Amino acid sequence: MELLYGIFVDPFVQMWEFPDLLVQVLWEGFVSGTLYALIALGFVLIFKASGVFNFAQGIMVVFGALSLVGLYAFGVPAYLALILSIAIMGVLAYSVERVVLRPLVNQEPIILFMATIGLNYFLIGLGEMIFGGEPKTMITEELGLPKGAWDFEMLGGFVSIQRIDAAAAIIAGILVGGLAIFFNKTRIGRALRAVADDHQAALSVGISLNQIWRIVWFAAGIVALATGIMWGARSDVSFALSIVALKALPVLILGGFTSIPGAIIGGLIIGFSEKLAEFYWGPLVGGSIESWFPYFLALIFLWFRPQGLFGEKIIDRV
Amino acid sequence: MLYREAGQFKTNYRADQAVFPIRQDFIGIAALLAVLFLVVPFTFNDYWLNAIMIPTMIFALAAIGLNILTGYAGQLSLGTGGFMGVGAYACYKLVTIFPEVNVLIHILLSGFFAAGVGFLFGLPSLRIKGFYLAVATLASQFFLEWAFGRVAWLYNYNPSGAIEVPNQYLFGVAIAGAPASSVTRYIIVLTIVVALALIASNLVRGRFGRAWMAVRDMDIAAELIGIRLLPTKLLAFSISSYYAGVAGALMVFMWLGAAEVESFDINHSFLILFMVIIGGLGSILGSFLGAAFIWNLPILLRAMPKYFGADINAATVEHVQFMIVGGLIIFFLIVEPNGLARLWSIAKEKLRRWPFPY
Repeated sequence: MELLYGIFVDPFVQMWEFPDLLVQVLWEGFVSGTLYALIALGFVLIFKASGVFNFAQGIMVVFGALSLVGLYAFGVPAYLALILSIAIMGVLAYSVERVVLRPLVNQEPIILFMATIGLNYFLIGLGEMIFGGEPKTMITEELGLPKGAWDFEMLGGFVSIQRIDAAAAIIAGILVGGLAIFFNKTRIGRALRAVADDHQAALSVGISLNQIWRIVWFAAGIVALATGIMWGARSDVSFALSIVALKALPVLILGGFTSIPGAIIGGLIIGFSEKLAEFYWGPLVGGSIESWFPYFLALIFLWFRPQGLFGEKIIDRV
Repeated sequence: MLYREAGQFKTNYRADQAVFPIRQDFIGIAALLAVLFLVVPFTFNDYWLNAIMIPTMIFALAAIGLNILTGYAGQLSLGTGGFMGVGAYACYKLVTIFPEVNVLIHILLSGFFAAGVGFLFGLPSLRIKGFYLAVATLASQFFLEWAFGRVAWLYNYNPSGAIEVPNQYLFGVAIAGAPASSVTRYIIVLTIVVALALIASNLVRGRFGRAWMAVRDMDIAAELIGIRLLPTKLLAFSISSYYAGVAGALMVFMWLGAAEVESFDINHSFLILFMVIIGGLGSILGSFLGAAFIWNLPILLRAMPKYFGADINAATVEHVQFMIVGGLIIFFLIVEPNGLARLWSIAKEKLRRWPFPY
C-alpha cells in the first residue's frame, strides 16, 4: 500500500506543492534531452543515407571536443582551433568512407555495425594517444559562449538556468534548422534524400554514393563537434561521455531510425522522462535509475509501435 | 596427404551427419584434447594457466553462448556481460545459501538463473528485430549492472560491494578460493567448457539448430514453413544465457576469485561480441578461435616492446593496443567477414587436395 502510494500519489503531490522544483527538473530534462537529440541526429543522418548503424557517433562527439580542446592546449587560437577541428572531422569522414565503408559496400548491416565498433575503439586509442586520456575542461569563454546562470523568482521559489544550457538549446535549434534547409532546398540535400530512399535508384540517376556518404559523415561529424562543445561545457571532456552517448539509442527507438524530427522529439521525451523518473520515482528503488530507465521506456514503447514515432513502417516480404 | 577422406564410406545418414564425419577430424580433436588435458597442466606454469589458458576457455564459453544467439538464431545481443553477471551472482548466492553443496553443481545450476533472465529479456524479440532488438538487450545490460550495484542482498551486504569466493574442497582437494591451485582450476574449467561445447555443437546440428538458422536467414519464411518463432527465439535466448551464465560463474569462481559490477559491464559484452564476429558467426570452433585471438592479442602486444628492447611507457602501449584492436577488427571484416573459422575451413579444403593444386 505504501509502495503504491509512493508510486501513484506522492510524486504528484510533490509536483503540485513545489512547482518551482518541477520547473527546474523539467529544465534539466530539456537540456539533457537536447544533447541526446543532437547525438541521435548524428546517428539518423548516417543511418538514413548509408544504412550504417554508426556506433562510433558517441566517440565522434568526444573526438571532436577533444581535438578542439587539445588544439587550443597546443597554443592554437580558439576560433582557429574550431575551424581546424571541423577540418579534422572532414578528414575523418573522408577516411572512414575510403577505408571502412567503401570496401564493405553491400555487406550485411551487422558487419557494418561491427566495423563502426572497431572504428569506435580505433578512435578511442587515437584520441588518447594524441591528446591524452585525462578529462579536460572545455574552452567555453574563449569561444564566446556565455557563462553563469539566470535565477528566476517564480512559483514561490527559485529556478536557476545555466546560460550555457540556453545557448546549447539555441545552437541545437539552429543546427536542426540548417540541416532541414540543407536537406530540402539544396541539390546535395535532394541527392541525400534520394540515396536514403533507394540506393540503387539513386545510383541509376547518376548520384555518387561515395560522395554522398562522405558528405553525410562530415555533417554527422559537425553535429558531433557541436554536441561535444555543448556537453563539454556542462561537464568535462572525457571518454566517459561515449557511454552516456549510448542513451541516444533509446531516443532513436522512440523517434525511429530514419526520422530527423523523430530524433529531436524522441530526445526531448527521453530527457524529460528520465529526469522526472530519477527525481520523483528514483528514491523508491535506491536511485540512479537514470542509467536504465530510458531503455525500458523505449522497450515499452516498442511493444506498441515497433517502427518508432516517425519511422517508416517496416514491411517484410518473403 | 594425411588429411583425406578417401576410403571412408558412410552407409547410413547417421554416420554422414556425425559431429566429425571425417575420421582425421576426430583423431585431431582427440589428440588436441589429450594435449590440453594431459600435457598442458604439467608443462605450463601458473602465469600461462592463469593469464592465458583459463580466461581463453571461459571467454570461449561465453562466445559460444552469444554465437548460439547471434550467429545461429540471428538475434543481435549486446547484453552478454549482464547475463554473465547473473550467472556469477546467482552462483555466489547459491554458495551462500547452500554451502554444503559442492560449488561445481552450483556453477552448473547458476546458468539456469541466467537462462531465466535471458528468457525474460528475450520476450521483446518477437515484436522487434535487428538493431531495435540490440537496443532492447542494452536495456538488460544497464538494468542488470544497476541491480548488481544497488541490490545489497546480491552481494551479501558486503560493504565493498564485491563478491568473494569462499574456499571450497572436493575429495580434500581445494577447487575454489585462494588455496585452489591453477592446475585444478584449469582442469575444471576445461572439462566444463569441453562438455558444454560438445553439447552446443550437437544442438546446432540438430532440430533446434536448424530451426534457429531458418529464423536467422528469414524469419517470415521460417514461420511459413511451420517454425514457431516465439519458442524458437526464446529457446535461443535461454540457452545462450545459460552458457553466458556458466561462463560468468566460472569467471568469478575459477579465475578471478572476486568480482564487482565492473567485471560485467558493457565493455565485456562488446569484447565477447568481437570474439564471435572475429571468430566467425555461426561456428562453435570460431568461438574458440575468436576468444583466443581477442584475449591474447593485447597480451601479445604488451609483451612485444620488451622483446624488441624498446622502452615504451604502459599508457602508450594501452592506447596503441586500442588502435590495433579496432583496426584489426575493421581489417578482418573487410578481408574475411566470415571470420577465422572460415579461414580454417579454407585451409582444410587446401589440405585435402595437397600436394595437388586441384
